[in-house]
Amino acid sequence: MLPQLQDIRGRISLNKIAKAFENKKAFIGFLTAGDPSLEKTEEFILAMSKAGADLIEIGIPFSDPIAEGEVIERANIRALKVGTTTDNIFDMVKSVREKTDIPFVFLTYINPVFIYGYDRFFNNCKICGIDGIIIPDLPFEERSEVLCIAEKYEIDVITLIAPTSNDRIQTLVKNSSGFIYLVSSLGVTGVRNEINTDLNSIIANIRQVTDTKIAVGFGISTPEQAKKILTYADGVIVGSAIVKIIEEFGDDASEKLSEYMRKMK
Amino acid sequence: MSKGRYGIHGGQYIPEILMNAVIELEKAYDFYKNDKAFNDELTELLNEYAGRPSRLYHAKNMTKDLGGAKIYLKREDLNHTGSHKINNVLGQVLLAKKMGKVRVIAETGAGQHGVATATAATLMGLECEIFMGKEDTDRQALNVYRMRLLGANVNVVTSGTMTLKDAVNETMREWTRRVSDTHYVIGSVMGPHPFPEIVRDFQSVISREIREQILQAEGKLPNAVVACVGGGSNAMGAFYHFLKDENVRLIGCEAAGKGIETKLHAATIAKGEVGIFHGMKSYFCQNEYGQITPVYSISAGLDYPGIGPEHAYLYDSKRAEYMPVTDEEAIHAFEYLSKTEGIIPAIESAHAVAYTMKLAKEMSRDEIIIVNLSGRGDKDVTAIARYKGENIVE
Repeated sequence: MLPQLQDIRGRISLNKIAKAFENKKAFIGFLTAGDPSLEKTEEFILAMSKAGADLIEIGIPFSDPIAEGEVIERANIRALKVGTTTDNIFDMVKSVREKTDIPFVFLTYINPVFIYGYDRFFNNCKICGIDGIIIPDLPFEERSEVLCIAEKYEIDVITLIAPTSNDRIQTLVKNSSGFIYLVSSLGVTGVRNEINTDLNSIIANIRQVTDTKIAVGFGISTPEQAKKILTYADGVIVGSAIVKIIEEFGDDASEKLSEYMRKMK
Repeated sequence: MSKGRYGIHGGQYIPEILMNAVIELEKAYDFYKNDKAFNDELTELLNEYAGRPSRLYHAKNMTKDLGGAKIYLKREDLNHTGSHKINNVLGQVLLAKKMGKVRVIAETGAGQHGVATATAATLMGLECEIFMGKEDTDRQALNVYRMRLLGANVNVVTSGTMTLKDAVNETMREWTRRVSDTHYVIGSVMGPHPFPEIVRDFQSVISREIREQILQAEGKLPNAVVACVGGGSNAMGAFYHFLKDENVRLIGCEAAGKGIETKLHAATIAKGEVGIFHGMKSYFCQNEYGQITPVYSISAGLDYPGIGPEHAYLYDSKRAEYMPVTDEEAIHAFEYLSKTEGIIPAIESAHAVAYTMKLAKEMSRDEIIIVNLSGRGDKDVTAIARYKGENIVE
């Protein structure tokens, strides 16, 4: 890759996602679009951003979310059951984008994107104000599926690093953009009592090759965990703990989400 | 484009957590597939333990009754554990052991792959965990008990449609939890590279034997090879050594359930679209937004919304044909083979028998059809009786 190109991409990122990390540690909140309804998703996004979230990860539900634990899997099922589709998620994003500047990234599996049509999907992302995308079942080796088209529409394809990435890390992060999603531990998403991975050395390894900001996700639910991780990472991602609140309080979750967010920040 | 491609199909669409594991597997397989000691050990297991080579039986009664092509049955049902699944499993579990893994995990639909995996794990001294959808543990209770008897832990999967697809999801999730000492014994020619290739290679013993056996018996190659297709491992094994013989028709029979005009089928080729799921690009039953749709078949082993990527390519390139066969046709064939030849086929294999019954009549007496009888039907007897309105108490 030409250094100049990297520069351009770096600047694009700075305008959008990297803003969430500018001069601060980023708190990233995840929710599943359409759980319990798209109107509520919009409300929850605004509540979380008002309460201090720096970036929102919006899950496009998938019938078979193989990287998710039970909590988020159930949210996917609930969202699909009420008829949530990629199209009406784009409509919701467009609407909420008019009310907040907070960066948005999608999280979804490759099949819904593939079936929607890569060009149409990323074009819509740009139109609606999506800044990046996380695709758990699209490893580095298959990134060419979407990379050129995502770049064309200036959507960052977020690089995932796992505790098992080892010798792959430097190759994977070399051309990363947006932020790097560091998976805290083995397994699927879901609340964990303890995180034992040596994240510090993985992060040091990443920083040898790139300045891209690093956010840690999977298993984080308490302010103590977040605080500890933020001593070496640039951001934390919380998913299952948020989705659990939505599962418990449904339509009335806004207040609880704000409360939780303020506690975590 | 990445590794393991069959035309546009295949690839490695899996979470980063698993990438080093599949790379490690690929390296190990590339070494051991050419290693004489490994191959000798595997051949001995296949012959002495699983009972290979399996017979190629001339089904005289069926041939006479249908009055068309000469029909041969490749008797994979006579293998130890009762199906072709053992071919792949002995290979993969041996490979896992050579790689220093102490534990194997596997999904299962009808239970045949689970039973085979539990068997091989016990034989070679590895821990074994099986994942099976609740719907399937109910309709294949006998196989659940067999797996437990063989020392495996059976996990009942209650997510999603509670069938084979969900068992695969759950086994993949389990692999991400414990990947360093565990090998995922995928049961069909599916999943991320190198699995479709590994499973096909281990199953290709079927067509290697068929070729030799039919040349010896008839002095010529068959006109058609017919096999049932869920993920497609027995079909891929039966087709593989005939791929270059363009005069040999290769026919896969997929489960049409209540009919492909209804929503209750698992006919991936007839009704599916290209998609990316379970680690591979291939055909899948899905809706307009790429959500995988629930599939249905009376056969738990064919009740899967996808098909292996090499089949997808054989379909695209028109080298193989794929025919939908309904529950009703399969059940009729199940009873027909039992009554004409004294052989009770697995309900999966009965799909291939059913299509052969149509095809044989359209062919002449000097032509030959080989049906891959992938498994035996003991496991299905209770379910078929129930379908026919009889309640058998075991």
